[in-house]
Amino acid sequence: MASEEKHIILETRDLAVGYTSKRKSDVIASGISFSVSEGELVALVGANGIGKSTLLRSLAGMQASLKGEIFLKGKRLSEYGMLQMANELSVVLTETPASKNLTVLELISLGRQPHTNWMGTLSEEDKKAIKFALEATNTETLAQSKCYELSDGQLQRVYIARALAQDTTLIILDEPTTHLDLYHRAYVLKLLKKLANETGKAILYSTHEIDLAIQLSDKMLVMTHETCYFDRPKNLIADGRFDSLFPTETIDFDKNSGRFTIKE
Amino acid sequence: MEGVQTYKAYFVILVLLLFLTFLLNLSLGSVSIPVNEVFSALFGGETAKSSWQYIIIDYRLPKAITALLAGSGLAVSGLLMQTLFRNPLAGPFVLGLSSGASLGVAFLILGASAFGGFFGSLLLSQWSLVIASALGSFLVLLAVLAVTFRIKDTMAILIIGLMFGSVTAAVVGVLSYFSNAEQLQQFIFWSFGSLGNQSWQGVLIMAICCFIGLAVSFFSSKSLNALLLGENYARSMGLHIKKTTFVIILATSILAGSVTAFAGPIAFVGLAVPHITRQYFKTSNHFTLIPAVLLSGGILMLFCDTVAQLPMSEFTLPINAITSLIGAPVVIWLLVRKRKLLF
Repeated sequence: MASEEKHIILETRDLAVGYTSKRKSDVIASGISFSVSEGELVALVGANGIGKSTLLRSLAGMQASLKGEIFLKGKRLSEYGMLQMANELSVVLTETPASKNLTVLELISLGRQPHTNWMGTLSEEDKKAIKFALEATNTETLAQSKCYELSDGQLQRVYIARALAQDTTLIILDEPTTHLDLYHRAYVLKLLKKLANETGKAILYSTHEIDLAIQLSDKMLVMTHETCYFDRPKNLIADGRFDSLFPTETIDFDKNSGRFTIKE
Repeated sequence: MEGVQTYKAYFVILVLLLFLTFLLNLSLGSVSIPVNEVFSALFGGETAKSSWQYIIIDYRLPKAITALLAGSGLAVSGLLMQTLFRNPLAGPFVLGLSSGASLGVAFLILGASAFGGFFGSLLLSQWSLVIASALGSFLVLLAVLAVTFRIKDTMAILIIGLMFGSVTAAVVGVLSYFSNAEQLQQFIFWSFGSLGNQSWQGVLIMAICCFIGLAVSFFSSKSLNALLLGENYARSMGLHIKKTTFVIILATSILAGSVTAFAGPIAFVGLAVPHITRQYFKTSNHFTLIPAVLLSGGILMLFCDTVAQLPMSEFTLPINAITSLIGAPVVIWLLVRKRKLLF
């Protein structure tokens, strides 16, 4: 392996995801092959119900995959113990944390759980990681606020800070821009970009903001009913991968601007 | 997470309050005994009246300790349930735990005649009462949990808990129909809730059970903190959900089960105390909350029991009536004032 080549953190080979019941397995998406390297921001896009969340849940080890393989830092995901995985992979989910009574600092500190002893005592290293997470997400001023007092935009930053505090090589985010206004959508994605560049973390997120994702992501995974495409955004545009993402009688993709327009 | 240190002053106040209510509880009753006489009775000195010594040591002290244990145990089990079910309305009473314990005890008391004679009396020993009650609440909790794994909606789980309560009440009803007056009376007195008439041996058994339950709860604090983020987040931080859930449920049923066995089904303490505590301890850290809830539960129960004895009168009210009379308005007041209950 060439020394200047970036390390691959997450890789899938011909992965199929879905649900299994006693009688049959229900494949939601298949033929997924892609990788996320160190310092890369990768977007996962596709229509509603195409299996984005299912794929992310499988990648995060929250549900079993049906076929193919997932490698995390070159080791099969299924070979990881729970705590070991928690040291490599953190998540930001669409569900809101159960307790809104937590303070921002408490919530972010919980990200240190895989690293602390049975009492959850915070060492100097833990405190440093928490401080970094607060600063990186610009949430220092919110530290003592209760979560129920925050806006959606602030909350999203807090959830990202918690994942940062967990200090993993890979962060997986499920639709981190939902419910946010345009400014916060751009803010969150720029933050992810900056984090990937500056900390060398591999970041994978799903989104419906295809326009923004094209502008900010290093690579994109486009899921359609038939297959999945994985490449740099400009190559995907050139190959016309976004053209048929949505029914063309309603929405058109403009290759020059990289934006979707509503058909008159 | 802010630790115990931040709330040092509060803990000092709680401990002082606990001593105060404990002494008050020993001193007041149908016969008022001055506090200095209470002290000399406790430490083996001479009391002005010899009957006072007897009242304190053989009646009021076991009762006060029972109240302390019952309050602490129920309150902590309520806190655990609220975190586990991610629902501010959860508590041993609401989720049918107490009804489960009632069912266990009903089978034991009302069904004892079926076994007859020596075996029947063996069944009614204090240990068997605890085991039956703990088993009853454990089974109900397992049933509620089995449903939890299938249904994600916590509201549905609470409703199912209430339904379990109704079913066990119905079964108890059927059992009482077929039992004789004496057994029925024994069961009904148990169901009123009573902290008194406790032998020292009973107090010891209850203390051992509560201690185990509280210790398991405290050692689960880190997991409980993780659960505040929800199961998926907790799992992503390396928590074994099934193992943790089982341990927490075990601790809850030991606490609620043993308390209910000795003191009867006591309402509202489990639900109300964690919420009252959160008014002062503005943290969600279980390492702080568990000791705080434990102390507050003990204080509230001792206070309720002192009221129930109706100082200066011959009468004693059922403890269940007092906890409900105090607990229900507190919950209503919290809801009206804050418009929502958080956990």
